[in-house]
Parts: sequence; C-alpha cells; structure tokens
Amino acid sequence: MTASAPAFSPSRFRAEREADWMEFDRLLTGLEKGSASSLSTDELLRLPVLYRATLSSLSIARATSLDRALNSYLEALAMRGYFLLYGVREKRGARIMRFFSHDWPAAVRAVWRETIIIALVVLLGIATSWSMVASNPEWYGAFVDDAMAGGRTPEANADYLRSTLGHGPDADADDHSGLHVFATYLFTHNSRVSIMSFALGFAFGVPTILLEFYQGIALGAMMAVFAGKGLAIDFGGWLAIHGTTELFAAVLSGAAGLRIGTAMLFPGDTDRLTALSRAGRTAGKVMIGVILMLLCAGLLEGFGRQLITDTGVRYGIGATLLALWCLYFYAPRRSAG
Amino acid sequence: MATKTVQAKRRQFITPEGVDLELVIAGAGARLGAFIIDLMMIMALLAATTFIAIWIGTATSDDVGIIVWLLGFFALRTFWFIAFELGQRAATPGKRIVGIRVVARDGGRLTADAVIARNLIRELEIFLPLTFLGSAAGDDMVGWATGLAGAAWTLTLGFFLLLNGDRMRMGDLIAGTWVVEARRDKLDRDLAGTAPVADALRFTDSELAIYGEFELQELERVLRARDTRVLGEVATAIRAKIGRAAEEEDEIFLEAYYRQLKARLERGLLFGKRRADKYAKE
Repeated sequence: MTASAPAFSPSRFRAEREADWMEFDRLLTGLEKGSASSLSTDELLRLPVLYRATLSSLSIARATSLDRALNSYLEALAMRGYFLLYGVREKRGARIMRFFSHDWPAAVRAVWRETIIIALVVLLGIATSWSMVASNPEWYGAFVDDAMAGGRTPEANADYLRSTLGHGPDADADDHSGLHVFATYLFTHNSRVSIMSFALGFAFGVPTILLEFYQGIALGAMMAVFAGKGLAIDFGGWLAIHGTTELFAAVLSGAAGLRIGTAMLFPGDTDRLTALSRAGRTAGKVMIGVILMLLCAGLLEGFGRQLITDTGVRYGIGATLLALWCLYFYAPRRSAG
Repeated sequence: MATKTVQAKRRQFITPEGVDLELVIAGAGARLGAFIIDLMMIMALLAATTFIAIWIGTATSDDVGIIVWLLGFFALRTFWFIAFELGQRAATPGKRIVGIRVVARDGGRLTADAVIARNLIRELEIFLPLTFLGSAAGDDMVGWATGLAGAAWTLTLGFFLLLNGDRMRMGDLIAGTWVVEARRDKLDRDLAGTAPVADALRFTDSELAIYGEFELQELERVLRARDTRVLGEVATAIRAKIGRAAEEEDEIFLEAYYRQLKARLERGLLFGKRRADKYAKE
C-alpha cells in the first residue's frame, strides 16, 4: 500500500495529531488531580487550543475513521475537556460566600407563597389539636405518643409539668450529662423530618402538607396541656427559645417540598421535566439553609434551653432570632452582580 | 456468529462548539455498585472515627459512640455525596471507581443547588426504607410486618430508576441531571498503521465485500483482546466464508484482513458511502 498511499488516511491523521491529544490528556489529568496552579501560564493558554483541536479531531475521526478504539478515546477525552473547561470557575470560598449573601435568601424569597401556605397549615394543626384537647383531654393520647410525651400528659400535676420546663424544685434533678446526646438526637431527627417533607413534595405536595399538619397537631396538643395548668407563658418561653428557628426551618422545608409538588401539577409554560428541575434547584438551595437553621435550633434546644431557665430571656432570644431570620431573608437589598 | 451487542443509551449533548459529545447513560448496575462502594467507605470512616474518639476520650465512651453514629452518619450520608459531586469530576469516590459522573441535563454547568437537590432526595429513596427495616428488626411480629411493608413500599421509589430510559432517580428528575459514563481510556495502538504485517497477503475486492462496519469493529475488538482461542475461531469462520485454506498464522491473517477491510470501508466513507453491516447493500 505504501506505493499508492493516499493524501489523506486515518493512520496518517492519527500520527499527525496524536501528540496534541497526549498533551491535552496530560494537562487534564493534572487539573483534575490538583488545581490550576499546577500548570504554567503557557500550559493554561494551550488548554483551550488543545480542547478545540481535540473536538475537531473527534469530528474528523467520526467522519473518516472506523477505528472504534480511536473514536471512543477521542470521545472520552473531549468529554473530560468539556466538563473541565465549561465547569465551575468560582472558587469554593467565593461560592459559599455567594450562597449566604445572595442565593439562600433569594431562594427563600422565591418560595414566599408556599411558605405562607405551610405556615397556615401548621397553625391550623395547632389550633385543631389545641381546641380538641382543651375540650376533651382524652384526645391527647391520640395526638402525642407516649415516648414523645415523656409523662407530660393531661393527668400530670402542675409541679411535674413545671419541672419539665426547667423550673421548680425538680428541675435540678435532671442531670446534664446526657445533654449533648439529646441535642444530637434532636438535630438529626428534626433534619430528617425536614428532608422528608421536602422530598415527599414530588407526590404533588400532599404528604408534605400532611407531615407539616401533623407537626402542628403534636405541638397544639402539648400547648393545650400546659395552658390547662396555667403554664402557658412558661411553656411559650420553653418553646420560643429554639422554636422560632426550628419551626421557621420546618415551614421552609415544607415550602420547598410544596414548590416541587406545584411545579409538577402546574408546570406553567414549560414542560413538566423542565419545570420540575427548575423548582428542584430553588428548593435545593432552601434545603441546605434549612439544615443549617436546624443545626442552630438543635444547639439552642440542647444547650441554650437547659442552661437558660428564665422565661423572659428565653422569649427574648427566640424573638431576636426570629427577627434576625426575617430581616436576613426578606429585607430589601441591592441585587448581587 | 450473530452476537447481540447491548445497545448503548446515547444521548445528544452538543457543546458550544457544535460537536455532539453523545453521552452514554450509565447503567443501573453501575449506579448501584457506585452507591454500595460509597456506603462502605462511609461506614469504614465512621468506625474509624469511633475508635479514635473512644481512644482519645475514654471517660464518656458511650456518649461518644452514640454521637459519632447519630450525627456522623447523618452528616456523612448527607454531605459526602454533595461535597464530592461539587468537585471537579462531579463524582463520589464510588462513582469514580465505577467510571460515571453527574452532568446537567440541559448541557449547562452542574450547579450546587442541583447537586444538593438530587442528593437530599436519596434520604427518601434509600434511607427511609432502611429506617423501616431497622425498626422491623428490633420489634415484635406485628411491628416486623409493618416495617417490612413500609420498606417495600418506599423502595418502589428507588426502582423509579429502572422505569425510565434515561435511568434517572427521583433526585435526578428533580435536579435536572443525568448520570453518564465518564471513561478514562488509554489510546490503544493503531492496528492499521504500525507493525509491517504480511502485506504479501492480498485479498480481492470480492473477498472484502462480504462485511460491513459492524463486522469490522467486532474484528477490531477480537484483535485487541488477543485471545488465541477466539482468534482461531474467528479466523476459521472468515476463511470458510471467503474459501481460503489456513496457510498462515491466525493473527497475521486476521490483521491483514482487518487492515484491508478497514481501508476499503474508509475509502467508501470518504465518498459518503456507509455500510452498516453485512446485511446492508453495497
């Protein structure tokens, strides 16, 4: 064949360009392992040139070569190059900063309608169980299971109930050694419930609403018991210190789930898949913030509440935090970049 | 030898330069394998942390154990996937080992919120059924049955992946992502250009005309794998088809045939003539 070698042949094509591919491969491997700083300026400038050369090689190879190993090598190389060159450019630190300064509050603002609906659902749950337990204490057992109640039933006397709030003579008997285990448990439990109420949103939001309603039910029943013994104010303080943050987070997670459910039901002028993925991204941002809020609430609940027993201070902390969250999320600001 | 090859699930993915990268959707087996590897790594990490924590602070060993497993397992299973998929290669260690990665379905860059959304859904798909199973293991007969039923019901969500052609989990659906193959091939030798094998062996045009591209690439696969037994079988089959006696070594025969068949088909390609397989007309 050597005598009549054609001007173009796939083998010659490969021989001419192979060095470029190898160089691109080497640079990519370096970038994937470490950072851009491992490459010299010349090499960085070569990168886009080599990327385009690889893409053009791929096009030529697909049109002229039947060598499958060559084609799949070039496909894999072009793909690696594409994702590296068009990947995320921002540094990790800058991205985290932008999340807190802009993305998170913007996402929370975007789901304001859902937030109001879920808040009303929780309030409805509270009102329902409160009125039912207040009129007939036997309902209590149906709303709050024994493990969660921990003796805080309508039959308990006022002194015992007071002690569970961290007041009165029995309060000190509560040993503090299990505190951090308790705080950890609360945090993981609450986070999981929140993630669930977000994740269940895809079932048109129905399980989300039920879950949030149930959270309200348990709370309302508990409130009715304490209010019945004249401990409403103290219970409010016990709840408010972490509850403003925790309930806010719970409501936001429900709102995120509901956003996904509504995107599925009413995709608007795009198709369902696009609407769903758009809603999912907003909801994802809300959710990462929700977990951080719950971590904050867990710390307040596990430590703050056990160490601070004055009802006034408890209310103060709870109200301050609520104001801060609202300010952070909803205060008008200049749009970032 | 009508071997059925599994048709790869290729999806159009056009770069800004206008080249279609033809991404290949990762199979369900690869996905499961990657997840199991990740889970094992998380478990190993937690066990190691527990031992170290107990070894450092012996006084409250019980508490430490509980906290590490409660908080650690939650934090790791939530953030392990998110942190790694936000990295340059958009893949957890398990995914890297299996050779797959996450991409945004619309061809744009993979954003952090998409990664977060797709991973939080996993709580529903995998860890909720696991919780049911956990409660089933420790309880009485009735609790056991409910737990198992709960696990079965919630696991059906996980099987969503098998029900759509793009192998999307619920999480992928909501985040707008795909999981695709991300091979890291080494460039194999050029079968047609390097070694000066028997040019003396010439095939006539009619001898070469019996095969198409599919057969050529199967032959390439056989030649690269270099399994003596398979080489022998294929050589015998081709010799029988074109009516030649076994005069030279199988590999030399096949390589010469491959080169000339490839040259012939590629010449056709340059003139815009493709021949998919042996059943297609010239």
